[in-house]
Amino acid sequence: MSEIHKDYTGAKLGMWLFLFTEVLLFGGLFVLYSTYLYKYPQDFHTGGKQLDVFIGTLNTVVLLLSSFFVALGITYIQRGEKKLAIRYTLLTIIMAFGFLINKSIEWSAKFHHGIYPNSEHLLEMPHGEQIFFGLYFVMTGLHGIHVIIGAVVMGVMVWLMKKDNINKDDFVKLENAGLYWHLVDLIWIFLFPLFYLVL
Amino acid sequence: MENTNAVKSFYEDSGSSRTGIMSWLFTTDHKRIGLMYMYVLLAMFVVGVCLGLAIRLELIAPGKTIMEAQTYNAVFTLHGVIMIFIVVIPSIPAAFGNMILPIQLGAEDVSFPRLNLLSWWLYITGTVMALFSLFTGQGAPDTGWTFYVPFSEFTTTNVSVAVIAVFILGFSSILTGINFITTIHRLRAPGITWTKMPLFAWSLYATGWIQVLATPVLGITVLLIFVERVLGVGLFDPNKGGDPILYQHLFWIYSHPAVYIMILPAMGVVSDIIPVFARKNIFGYKTIAVSSLMIAFAGSLVWAHHMFTSGMSDTAVLIFSLLTFVVAIPSAIKVFNWTATLYKGSITLEPPLLYSLGFIFLFSVGGLTGLILGSAGTDIHVHDTYFVVSHFHYVIFGGTGFGLFAAMHYWLPKMYGRMYNKKVAKIAFAVLFVGFNLLYMPLFVIGLQGMPRRYYDYLPQYQTGHMISTFGSWILALGLIIMFVNLYKGYTKGPKIGRNPWGGSTLEWQTMSPPPLLNFDREPDTSRRPYDFKGVTPDE
Repeated sequence: MSEIHKDYTGAKLGMWLFLFTEVLLFGGLFVLYSTYLYKYPQDFHTGGKQLDVFIGTLNTVVLLLSSFFVALGITYIQRGEKKLAIRYTLLTIIMAFGFLINKSIEWSAKFHHGIYPNSEHLLEMPHGEQIFFGLYFVMTGLHGIHVIIGAVVMGVMVWLMKKDNINKDDFVKLENAGLYWHLVDLIWIFLFPLFYLVL
Repeated sequence: MENTNAVKSFYEDSGSSRTGIMSWLFTTDHKRIGLMYMYVLLAMFVVGVCLGLAIRLELIAPGKTIMEAQTYNAVFTLHGVIMIFIVVIPSIPAAFGNMILPIQLGAEDVSFPRLNLLSWWLYITGTVMALFSLFTGQGAPDTGWTFYVPFSEFTTTNVSVAVIAVFILGFSSILTGINFITTIHRLRAPGITWTKMPLFAWSLYATGWIQVLATPVLGITVLLIFVERVLGVGLFDPNKGGDPILYQHLFWIYSHPAVYIMILPAMGVVSDIIPVFARKNIFGYKTIAVSSLMIAFAGSLVWAHHMFTSGMSDTAVLIFSLLTFVVAIPSAIKVFNWTATLYKGSITLEPPLLYSLGFIFLFSVGGLTGLILGSAGTDIHVHDTYFVVSHFHYVIFGGTGFGLFAAMHYWLPKMYGRMYNKKVAKIAFAVLFVGFNLLYMPLFVIGLQGMPRRYYDYLPQYQTGHMISTFGSWILALGLIIMFVNLYKGYTKGPKIGRNPWGGSTLEWQTMSPPPLLNFDREPDTSRRPYDFKGVTPDE
């Protein structure tokens, strides 16, 4: 092969295109949400009241902080301070775990109350609430999967930084991973008010 | 002309230490990946054709002919799933886009070669899973390729595996789209400006955007079917407050733009071929280029014309009907430009041009009948009849299929360095063309008379149409056999060719046949406009 061709702009462009696809993947669900909200505004209100606003807010703070840590990590790698970059990327991963733990506490509480897809208790609720919780589990579930993927990606970034594959002169991978993480964060920023603070 | 210089072709130089089959399965060379796509999708095309022939044979007479009703449901579902998701969507972009696009741009490869390989592997995984869904679980899927709810949520057949296969195939398509857009933005050789790019590249650019922006919606839609089947959330289930019509909306938000993923690259192929065999600059280069983008844009806003009978509001019907007519404008611009290019050209009727002319005729029939379906009033009459079946086969098979055949006759000599028998290729075209029209034209008629699509049985009055159609399917199959055998023979034993057998002026004709690993054995001349044939002589 000839010399390896590095195209910083190309790599960023490709990542942004990929982020579009993620937005549209969730977009399908947001379309469903808006239609059903229009159809069952009262039930969505009652449904939202049953969610734990404290945990939701806590998770929002956790994710916002994690986005901040990613940004710090990128800044430090650009300045050549690898140790700090690795530390903040690791902190991001810890935040991701924190988010998932909160989420699982929240979900198990719901399960405990008999609210999970296709449960008898849920089937007795009004149609709108069934849809509300259906969307709640599907959307936060898909988001949760993205948090897990993001944490794995960040883990790979730590490994690559240790191998010096990502460094002061070539940090586009970490930047792209950061973009992905910000998107995961951003989707939550929309999910949080739609479910926890609705009406 | 023999290869006298010492530069090895990409067959001899794999660019890695791997040898044999491994140097193909793990290659990052866009030409090898393109060829691998082509081999797999042609194999699946044969499977799809056989299923199609089985459907036609079953329908030759009312009542049971060769299979039970349940088998019939599975067969037409598989025919649709295989043909749409595994053959037609990847066909021209994944196979010929990969092989030709980087060379046309004067690049050494696509922007993300490893992602390209991943995309191929995802494609293989999806294909294997789709085949797997046939033989496992409780019978092959029987929902039709549209997977409409609520049936798809409750049927006991193996829909879950099939929709995951579709999800993976969609992912593969997205990665190809991302790769092509980035490649076109970043890897054009100096001198290849946007308006000096061949129109095939322009069509792939428009296609790439649809792949990126529409496919994720299909992803979430099929994922939701899976979730519904496994967890029973009820988002589309009226018993739980859901609305099945929303599924149809989500499905067509992807699946209508998907037909432009299928047709746009074929239009690009035709735009590249026609000037070469008319020895004339393309008429209206910029309008053709821009009309691709217009089709991509407007085509994303017309999805609900598949649902005029679903009870949506009259306002919505009016808007979607109007937008559907708007898409006809850029499509017609292309057709007029192609014919204007032929006007007063010095035309040589070589096989690639014949297939392209076949494309124009069949696509026009398909496109114009599409307007009958797009206007709400007439659509109510022909909705879900064989008229629809015939319409989309004219567009997809007559359009994309013939576009693919044209591409195979035009570019494969470059990839193999050998020429097929042109006379046989022309005979194959004639047989295909006759068989095609005999197969699908009668379906328009019985569709108008009220024959519903997907039905296993029918009233005796439709039998004449069905019989002619089935007879046509055999002629079509014969044409396919002649064509494929001729191409196979040509590319294994045919006479060797030089750099430029057709006298084309785009960059791929400046390099050797087959091209070397990094595409060019000498610096390509990028000063010429893509369809400027002054001084270009064929090098046979």
